[in-house]
Amino acid sequence: MIKEILQSIEGVEIYPIISLLIFFSFFIGIAIWLWKMDKSQIIKMKKIPFNNDNNQNLISGETNEKNN
Amino acid sequence: MELERYSYDNGIVKNFAFATLLWGIVGMVVGLIIAFQLFIPELNFSIPFLTFGRIRPLHTNAVIFAFVGNAIFMGVYYSLPRLLKAPMFSKILSNIHFWGWQLIIVAAAITLPLGITTSKEYAELEWPIDIAITLVWVVFGINMIGTIIKRRESHIYVAIWFYIATWVTVAVLHIVNSFEIPVTFLKSYSLYAGVQDALVQWWYGHNAVAFFLTTPYLGLMYYYLPKAANRPVYSYRLSILHFWTLIFLYIWAGPHHLLYSALPDWAQSLGTVFSVMLIAPSWGGMVNGLLTLRGAWDRVRQDPVLKFMVVAVTAYGMATFEGPTLSLKNVNAIAHFTDWIIAHVHVGALGWNGFLTFGILYWLVPKLWNTNLFSKKMANVHFWIGFLGIVFYALPMWFSGITQALMWKQFDDFGVLQYPNFLETVLQIVPMYIVRAFAGALYITGFIIMLYNLIKTIKQGSFIAEESAEAPALKPFKDTLRKGVIHRWLEGKPIYFTIVSLIVILIGGIVEFVPTFLIKSNIPTIASVKPYTPLELQGRDIYIREACNSCHSQLVRPFRSETERYGEYSKAGEYVYDHPFLWGSKRSGPDLHRIGGKYPNSWHYLHMENPRSTSPNSTMPPYPWLHLNDLNTTTTEAKINALRKIGVPYPDGYEKVANAELVKQADEIALDLQKNGIPAEPQKEIIALIAYLQRLGTDIKANKQLAGN
Repeated sequence: MIKEILQSIEGVEIYPIISLLIFFSFFIGIAIWLWKMDKSQIIKMKKIPFNNDNNQNLISGETNEKNN
Repeated sequence: MELERYSYDNGIVKNFAFATLLWGIVGMVVGLIIAFQLFIPELNFSIPFLTFGRIRPLHTNAVIFAFVGNAIFMGVYYSLPRLLKAPMFSKILSNIHFWGWQLIIVAAAITLPLGITTSKEYAELEWPIDIAITLVWVVFGINMIGTIIKRRESHIYVAIWFYIATWVTVAVLHIVNSFEIPVTFLKSYSLYAGVQDALVQWWYGHNAVAFFLTTPYLGLMYYYLPKAANRPVYSYRLSILHFWTLIFLYIWAGPHHLLYSALPDWAQSLGTVFSVMLIAPSWGGMVNGLLTLRGAWDRVRQDPVLKFMVVAVTAYGMATFEGPTLSLKNVNAIAHFTDWIIAHVHVGALGWNGFLTFGILYWLVPKLWNTNLFSKKMANVHFWIGFLGIVFYALPMWFSGITQALMWKQFDDFGVLQYPNFLETVLQIVPMYIVRAFAGALYITGFIIMLYNLIKTIKQGSFIAEESAEAPALKPFKDTLRKGVIHRWLEGKPIYFTIVSLIVILIGGIVEFVPTFLIKSNIPTIASVKPYTPLELQGRDIYIREACNSCHSQLVRPFRSETERYGEYSKAGEYVYDHPFLWGSKRSGPDLHRIGGKYPNSWHYLHMENPRSTSPNSTMPPYPWLHLNDLNTTTTEAKINALRKIGVPYPDGYEKVANAELVKQADEIALDLQKNGIPAEPQKEIIALIAYLQRLGTDIKANKQLAGN
């Protein structure tokens, strides 16, 4: 019943495909942009929560820098 | 460079922390009471304000908006200024936010037990409170974005993005789902009807979980977990990817709450596909949280704060794997309407939200009071009791859910339902309910231990009301749209950031809504589906007031096991006059969509007075006040007028004769009852409720008779 009405909306079957495409391009866009991101900026940003602390000797400041 | 001096306001953090503790215990104790009521129905003491249907929304609202809500604000008001090196934008706004939010909670705690409800899950509060929520939310937004604008740190840390996305999305969700037409000061009807109302509600309901219980907590995780572990987050890149994909995908997945319903197929499939895809960003977040502890696992063994956080993040991972699993159509066919869903949400609420909150409190309270935690040992005891509480909650509910589904669907060798009496399937799981209540008691015991521990900690320390800090002023931001700095440009401008987040979350909503709203004007009407009579309408509002939909669905799914048990499956066109829809989300009792005409009036009369007189051992609470209270008919005219305004085709002038019609129909029902030896009076509320129940799902039968003739 409701399907018949939906079929009368022109091109409704394209909706799920469009939505998938929107997401896919969005995802690829972010991935490329992240890949191109400046590494030193990233390291700077991930340390923001510790900027207030007087003691800057983070236990793993180095170990986690590899994975940014 | 010259340093500027400023200070952080810890007072507001303290207030929100106290509110978290207070409302946490209230919400959980109400949860424990309703857990007991599910197997000892007399625990409502025949008092309307204590009856399951009315206090279940009190439990859910208290836990979500009071406990978790205050914990979010506590976490944000501490971390936001520190991440931005700036005090909160306005102390006055902070205080308006705090007291406004607490007043809303108090208003909820008063109105919900009184039966003042819209019946939409997690959005039960009536329209004046909805407006208050909007105002307080705007205050929070101004305060947050104002702080971001006045910051001294050029970059906006990932936790803050989650806060911004939370703010903007909750605003959209709340407004869209709260479109309602006021009838009286505390009564309104949803602007949407039937299928549309269901779609909007579950788009809201799902995303309330996403943007009230998940994204703000991810923000908290990205701040407090690194702080507690004293090491930066494992991968900042992953956190960015995680953020954008999560907020993009979440918004599409709402229709998975409506699989096999009268919602169009394509929308159901869309919900499923996006739910499955959601595993990726969710697990991205979990992995990022857990790997932050890489090389620090020895500390997890000793530090209760980290223990709580590890279990929280793991529970998040489990719940976000279970969620997509549940949204596969074949799994959903089994799990929907059962206790499996209750298990699922409690893994999230007790594990993810509860444990992360506890971890943050154990870390934060000693910091605010400049001391050490009173007893680490006690915190460890809390951890284990709470953990066992979660396990003993989830296990019996999983078991109970699957038992329900199997029994509902079981046919015997002759091809008839093996358990035709729904009650049998309820009594089977009572032992599971007892274990669940025990588990709830364990969890609350842990909470009380924490309360004691924190009070002792506070007593031994001294509160730092203002924490001074200094940092150089922010240099004027000169980044333009150069290659590779788009995001730095974006995050430098919180308002643009908010708008981009808004666009991202709106895409999914629009794709879902537009096609379904296109059919709004021409949804397949079934000729015989007519608006409710005035008496039925009043009866329906009693059904809403008592929240019968807390335990009874009104949606027969197109399965043989359901059509055999209840009757013809539900059609979209049958709900066109349902403002709001009452499909329900859980079957502690049988579906009621085809209840009309199934039993005589006298059965309903006796059943509502004492369910065990007609259904021995029933776990439904008694509703004797319906037989004593006179029906309030002063609202009939306003109700008819309001409904006509939103498209229900009552003829002009009908509101003037509505009460006469109402009396006529009530007299007929009372007469029928009297004939059966029941001294019923026509002006009582029960008569209206019976009228509504007898109408339910019968329109389509009339259609058949017409066709037959």
